Amino acid sequence: MTTEATREPTRALDANVIAALGAADRPPSAGALSSSFTFGWRALLKIKHVPEQLFDVTMFPILFTLMFTYVFGGAISGSTGDYLQYALPGILTQTVVFITMYTGLTINTDIDKGVFDRFRSLPVWRASLLVGALLGDTLRYCLASFMVLVVGVLIGYRAPGGFVGVLLAVLLLLVFCFSLSWLWLIVGLKVRSPNAVMGTSMMVLFPLTFISSVFAPPETMPDWLQAFVDVNPVTLLCEAARGLMNDAPDSGDILIVLVLSAAITAVFAPIALRLYNTKS
Amino acid sequence: MSGMDLAIETHGLVKTFGDNRAVDGVDLAIRAGGVYGVLGPNGAGKTTTIKMLATLLEPDGGTATVLGYDVVREAAEVRARVAMTGQFASLDEDLTGLENLTLLARLYGYARNAARDRAMQLLEAFDLAESAKKQVKAYSGGMRRRIDIAGSIVVRPDLMFLDEPTTGLDPRSRNQVWEIVRGLVGAGTTILLTTQYLEEADQLADRIAVIDHGRVIAEGTSGELKASVGSGAVHVRVADPADREEVARLLGESLATEPVLESDPAAVSLRVDDPTAVAGALHRVGERGLSISEYSLGQPSLDEVFLALTGRPADETETQDQEVPA
Repeated sequence: MTTEATREPTRALDANVIAALGAADRPPSAGALSSSFTFGWRALLKIKHVPEQLFDVTMFPILFTLMFTYVFGGAISGSTGDYLQYALPGILTQTVVFITMYTGLTINTDIDKGVFDRFRSLPVWRASLLVGALLGDTLRYCLASFMVLVVGVLIGYRAPGGFVGVLLAVLLLLVFCFSLSWLWLIVGLKVRSPNAVMGTSMMVLFPLTFISSVFAPPETMPDWLQAFVDVNPVTLLCEAARGLMNDAPDSGDILIVLVLSAAITAVFAPIALRLYNTKS
Repeated sequence: MSGMDLAIETHGLVKTFGDNRAVDGVDLAIRAGGVYGVLGPNGAGKTTTIKMLATLLEPDGGTATVLGYDVVREAAEVRARVAMTGQFASLDEDLTGLENLTLLARLYGYARNAARDRAMQLLEAFDLAESAKKQVKAYSGGMRRRIDIAGSIVVRPDLMFLDEPTTGLDPRSRNQVWEIVRGLVGAGTTILLTTQYLEEADQLADRIAVIDHGRVIAEGTSGELKASVGSGAVHVRVADPADREEVARLLGESLATEPVLESDPAAVSLRVDDPTAVAGALHRVGERGLSISEYSLGQPSLDEVFLALTGRPADETETQDQEVPA
């Protein structure tokens, strides 16, 4: 073997490695909370290093708010100002619900890159990778909400529900989105490539967010469509958020959204965790 | 032998993906200490076997214990004692080297500052301190493999799985990885290494299992595997290719075996059972005034072993690589 030239440096490396190994005293294992937060920290680091991933989160809300208000506003509500009052809580809902698909995208990319298996081989609470990812998503949801609200206020939206109403609406959105994220985790674990995750999520999210009361009151829609709109979870979420923001909070709507979120989590979280544990 | 001496013990391990029996009844008994090599072509079932041993995949059949713990029933115990490094267990490319190792140290239970200190210590040990704040995706192949291994020894593992650690590396980086592996073994870690490279298994492994089509087709030390194929061979190159036929004939007579004319027009090789006879045979060639430019006497290479065992060369990959379904 022609190792002569490389003997020197590798020998030193070898000795250093042994020294580093010797220093490997084993601390007590990280608890479930600690490991979840550590994975949340990772999500923040990723946003720091790949700020492009915030582009969708910041630009789409701005575009949507402006486009819908000025293109459809006059036609739907007679004036863009009136429409904005109606549509902004809806646009907020749609934007944040749409962003939930990034949860699936992130996990799928991790699997693709091999990081997923490294993390799964660690002696930590296995679900902490998923919980940590959800913590990272919170930042995305908050940022997107902030963008929509700022643009909305700049072009004339005023929330009759006040700051507290808006805050509660955003909180309700977060609760619902956390539950929906479990569905995207399932998609992310099941589907072959990040592109396929995007495709699948879009196919679900487009009808779900558009065939709802997000952009227009359902009263003008045909009966068969109204039947769907009325039971669409996004409609329920949107109505609850709209109520909170526009000073007509409906405790019934809010309760339904909370129950729905709990139900979605109860159904999808175990499936996601099961898939996560047995992923080949 | 008591079970405690064994780092890994499997009986009839099976994993199927659809119709494909990726691992088809693997029996292994691997002693603690040293390097154990698992050798086989792409798609042979090496990675799938490791994934089951590392608790990432549940076996469809058979049993496996790692360091005395069952990989299914006592998976948490196994995970606390093993580490894995390989193409399928890498780091986060978007994060820096320092962030990656700090993250792992945090997950292993180090407190915030201690985690960072441990990460820096590892980066320095692996000659990566200068690149600590670079994203891992900017690392070269050799750096990448070093930090992957560093990530696996954040806490000292009793057993480490190294999945094809030098695939695609230049010779210098490969030697560095080999030195690191020897260092880890010296520090008391048992290593299970998979490789497609016979030379790597030859260099590092104390014992080797040859896997093909999800089965162990041979097992032993590198010397035993070679001996199972034949005692050795002499390789001769003649100065003038025109002399080759005559040299081959003479050597064949002296050694009483059939000479093999190789694709190199100046080369001929012969199986030998008695290495001491070779000197005399070469002397006869010299007496006839035929000149030989070089010769070597050696055991058969593991390449030849693999060819003899499987009927095809080791580098001939399967048409479909179903080892790791995406």
